[in-house]
Amino acid sequence: MGLENPFLPYLATIKSTVELTPDVKLLRVELEDAAIRGSFDYKPGQFAFLSAFGEGEAPFGIVSLPRHQDDLEFAVRQIGTVTRALHELEPGDTLGVRGPFGNYFPLEDYAGKNMVIIGGGIGMAPLRPVINKILEQRDNYGNLLVINGARTPQDLVFRPEFQTWMEAPRTQLELTVDRGDEHWGGRVALVPDVLRELAPSPDNAIAIICGPPIMIHFTLAVLKGLGFKDDQIVTTLEAKMKCGLGKCARCNVGDKYVCQDGPVFTLEQISQFLEQP
Amino acid sequence: MINFVDTLIEKKAAEEIVGVKASDSKYIFGKLANAGELCLNYDVTLLPPKKYFLPQRETVFKFKLGDKPSLEPVAEAKSTILIGVHPYDIKAIELCDAVFTTINPDPNYLLKRDKATIIGTDCLSPNPKAFCASLDTATTESGFDLMLTDIGDSYVVAIGTAKGDKLLKKYAKTREATQSELAGRDGQRKKALGEYKVSLNMSPEEIPGLLEVSWGSPVFKEKSEPCLSCGSCVMVCPTCVCFDVQDDVAFTLDKGERYRQWDGCMLVDFAKVATGENFRDDKEKRFRHRMYRKGKYLQERYGKLGCVGCGRCALACLAQIASPAETFNLLKAS
Repeated sequence: MGLENPFLPYLATIKSTVELTPDVKLLRVELEDAAIRGSFDYKPGQFAFLSAFGEGEAPFGIVSLPRHQDDLEFAVRQIGTVTRALHELEPGDTLGVRGPFGNYFPLEDYAGKNMVIIGGGIGMAPLRPVINKILEQRDNYGNLLVINGARTPQDLVFRPEFQTWMEAPRTQLELTVDRGDEHWGGRVALVPDVLRELAPSPDNAIAIICGPPIMIHFTLAVLKGLGFKDDQIVTTLEAKMKCGLGKCARCNVGDKYVCQDGPVFTLEQISQFLEQP
Repeated sequence: MINFVDTLIEKKAAEEIVGVKASDSKYIFGKLANAGELCLNYDVTLLPPKKYFLPQRETVFKFKLGDKPSLEPVAEAKSTILIGVHPYDIKAIELCDAVFTTINPDPNYLLKRDKATIIGTDCLSPNPKAFCASLDTATTESGFDLMLTDIGDSYVVAIGTAKGDKLLKKYAKTREATQSELAGRDGQRKKALGEYKVSLNMSPEEIPGLLEVSWGSPVFKEKSEPCLSCGSCVMVCPTCVCFDVQDDVAFTLDKGERYRQWDGCMLVDFAKVATGENFRDDKEKRFRHRMYRKGKYLQERYGKLGCVGCGRCALACLAQIASPAETFNLLKAS
């Protein structure tokens, strides 16, 4: 029909899956068409739609880094019908991938800056490629502080990578949970409280934050108290999305289309539209 | 006129000849069986002609399930001649065109739109909720292939495109309009401008700026209080383009389709995500969002106001709160 149909996903195959937490699975996905696989380029912060044919489609941050591997990685939390179907997929099964969409974290602009990365629960997913990119080009950035909170120790999503993150130079990883268990010797505290205690300096710093709205709300207050300005605070928004093309208007928040103008925004761009929880 | 339409129906049998018809006490766009069904002297139709380019539900693609799933794109379109489209609806189609044919062109929309011929007609008896005269949408100089104006015993036809010209030459009996007939058309249009019962207390250019400073206004809470969140206002709107996308599986479980269907920001779950979070969880936020879509966001994105003043929302609203004109006027006054 002449025009390429942007609603048509690429067919892809599940290469492997990893159970990251009781409700989060890492899906490693290979695009079937070799030419598309070779040209599928993306940056940390961008997202794609995954299709479980018959159940539907939903957007997910791409948590892998390009060029490292042909496989795309997605951390999918089982929460609704599409994610339940995606969790049921096994290696060899077919799914659809549509993307990449959206803008990305402008990491080049953060060169030389101290980075404060704060994630809660599955909110760590879009932050994982940011952390790994910074670690890959460690000399380009100042100190890296990662605060990762979760409901329980079992819900810390990227556990298999914590050792690598902790051992990286000038990098501090602070884990915290709402409720510990018998094996947990770490913090039992809320993310905003941990941030207040650690009190990173806003000088020459960028804070990137992603998590549930309630966490964002209270963490923003602490960041502001520490002296972070709105243009130093960056977040990635979740929204109901159906097309990724700026058509369906489901993701219209304030005057922004999350799929086109985001998902990455500075607080300066969106503070008017962040509703109180 | 009757001859023209009957000839179209007869000679263009392969095409869908659609026009405005009476349906009980209302008007609708529907397939014409004969020219006698056509009502050109109507106030407004229940649904706008948008449905011919963005149907209530349409298949986006089909898929086969099983060991090796496969996809099959679907884009269907019949040539359609739309007869009797009012200028405000033509303006609304121009906005839909901007949404669907500019950045990331939408193939399903494009195909239908390309195969459509639009024969407009001037609105000479506006409905009581319309405010087109305040939005410069009562008449239009663009967006049509042909534009008809009823001057009593005949129609003055403006030719918008070569396609329209060809259609006219081939199927209608025409002659050059006289000066007095053209003056008659201007007179009809001018008279119609005086028929509007609702007006804006500002120019359309002022609306985005007014909304810019109105985010925290109590007007949104007050106005939205009786809202039933029924979505009627957005379902009848000619510029509402929001849609949902879903999969449907055949009962044989071996195939299915992905379809899209109209959705609307005034419905409770519109902005609700799988975690249960709803980004516009009360009617005040939803009401405000709609007003900003109509008066600001679409204007900023596409250079065209998201409201054409057709009044359909106000006619459809059981709570009698939907007219953007009322809200904009209240904001202006407060």
